[in-house]
Amino acid sequence: MNKVQNNKAWLLVLPVFLLVAFSAIIPLMTVVNYSVQDIFDQNNAYFVGLEWYQEVMSVPRLQDSLARQFFYSGTVLLIEVPLGICVALMMPTRGWTASLSLIVLALPLLIPWNVVGTIWQIFARSDIGLLGYVINGIGIDYNYTNNSVDAWFTVLLMDVWHWTSLIALLCYSGLRAIPDAYYQAARIDRASSWAIFRYIQLPKLQGVLIIGVLLRFMDSFMIYTEPFVLTGGGPGNSTTFLSQTLTKMAIGQFDIGPAAAFSIIYFLIVLLVSWLFFTTITHLDKDKVKEQSHD
Amino acid sequence: MTRNKRIGIISYSAFVLLPIYWLINMSFKSNEEITGGLSLWPQQFTFANYQVIFTDPSWYNGYFNSIYYVVLNSVITLVVALPAAYAFSRYKFVGDKHLFFWLLTNRMAPPAVFLLPFFQLYSSVGLFDTHIAVALAHCLFSVPLAVWILEGFMSAVPREIDETAYIDGYSFGHFFIRLFLPLISSGIGVTIFFSFMFSWVELLLARTLTSVNAKPIAAIMTRTIGASGVDWGVLAAAGVLTIIPGVLVIYFVRNHVAKGFALGRV
Repeated sequence: MNKVQNNKAWLLVLPVFLLVAFSAIIPLMTVVNYSVQDIFDQNNAYFVGLEWYQEVMSVPRLQDSLARQFFYSGTVLLIEVPLGICVALMMPTRGWTASLSLIVLALPLLIPWNVVGTIWQIFARSDIGLLGYVINGIGIDYNYTNNSVDAWFTVLLMDVWHWTSLIALLCYSGLRAIPDAYYQAARIDRASSWAIFRYIQLPKLQGVLIIGVLLRFMDSFMIYTEPFVLTGGGPGNSTTFLSQTLTKMAIGQFDIGPAAAFSIIYFLIVLLVSWLFFTTITHLDKDKVKEQSHD
Repeated sequence: MTRNKRIGIISYSAFVLLPIYWLINMSFKSNEEITGGLSLWPQQFTFANYQVIFTDPSWYNGYFNSIYYVVLNSVITLVVALPAAYAFSRYKFVGDKHLFFWLLTNRMAPPAVFLLPFFQLYSSVGLFDTHIAVALAHCLFSVPLAVWILEGFMSAVPREIDETAYIDGYSFGHFFIRLFLPLISSGIGVTIFFSFMFSWVELLLARTLTSVNAKPIAAIMTRTIGASGVDWGVLAAAGVLTIIPGVLVIYFVRNHVAKGFALGRV
């Protein structure tokens, strides 16, 4: 759409700008401010430059939780994206079953995050939970409170339960937007269902999948409440993710300087990965279009 | 093929519903029954756990607090995001792309980063432990998303409609409210759904910014874990009650979900 150049449009944007600036710029500047100072009390603060940044990069506890965080987000994406696409392909397209499956799928998305943790805590406990009871019943020793592999399994399963629906609903809406003519053409060509998926459905899903992967990456990278309620970060530190380490540092031990420096690094990682992903995808797209036009 | 699909979707739905069923099941049991042994449905059906919540103001006020700030957040979000989304979808102006991208980056800021500064900021302006503080804090996530969604829906409405209205002598305000908003009503519904969703489920900021008067239900739930162990029954009942508003909201927007989840962009 061709837009009109008009700087008065700023007046319409101003409320959003002021509101978000109040909630974002002031706190962010506070964090930056803390991250370059050593604060003893209100009247004694010293400028230390980038010292905290250098220090936090070499703290093993932070490196460990950063590595765990990347592994977690990667695993979550690898499971949820394909599974979400499959679920979207299986969903009924019309009638009351379509409405029902939409409501059922959207259900986990609307449960407060700590209740999600509570649900899985209750569901997976080996004494009172159905899942834990059944797994132990078939002869596998399972206890997520003192075995770190079991804890990881439970946290991952919880995240898959909680968020696959988001990918599925995004893909479902993407699939609904494909015109029937495409399928008719495929039927005339006697395309296999794999070919229909690969050459019609998947390309049309690209837009919603970019949104889905970005949202899932950002949210899984910032995860705090659910594992905190479910495992409390344990056993040991095995399911302690970045947000939790950070909150412990800032509020538990009151190491404000290092915590602030680490916050900035954390924010920058999320920004950088999201930006890299987005630009790579859009560039790949442009190259493809170019190649096709050369043919 | 279709049979396999049906089996697939039914088994996935079962996977989604089973943990929720377990929570509901447990909320109708007494604590003795819960710890006594495993049963697939309540043997001695009881409403005692729900009674605890409905008769204690410190419990049920938590629900009112949560609903209050969620509604407040949705209203603020809509009021500021509607004109901004219109500006982004219709006009070019200095710094528009940068501003749009900057708005979206706020969605990427880990809430844990903002805990301490938020606490200090809202304390210093005297808003600590008020509903408006939580609503404003949640605007950090809901406003960027709302602008993005609404911009998508508005761009789908042809410019000619605006121009015809101006030629016909409508003022901007009149046109916007009487003619334009009805055209994007499903977009507004979806925006409300998303602001509700992200504000209702968030706990970290809500808990940090409140102590007594505006404490959300999700934070009150933690007190079922006492010295004598966990009060599983009441915990489960409180959990079940937090799911109900979500079910209501999704029921009302179910017909817009397909379009809405694509953020108006397909």
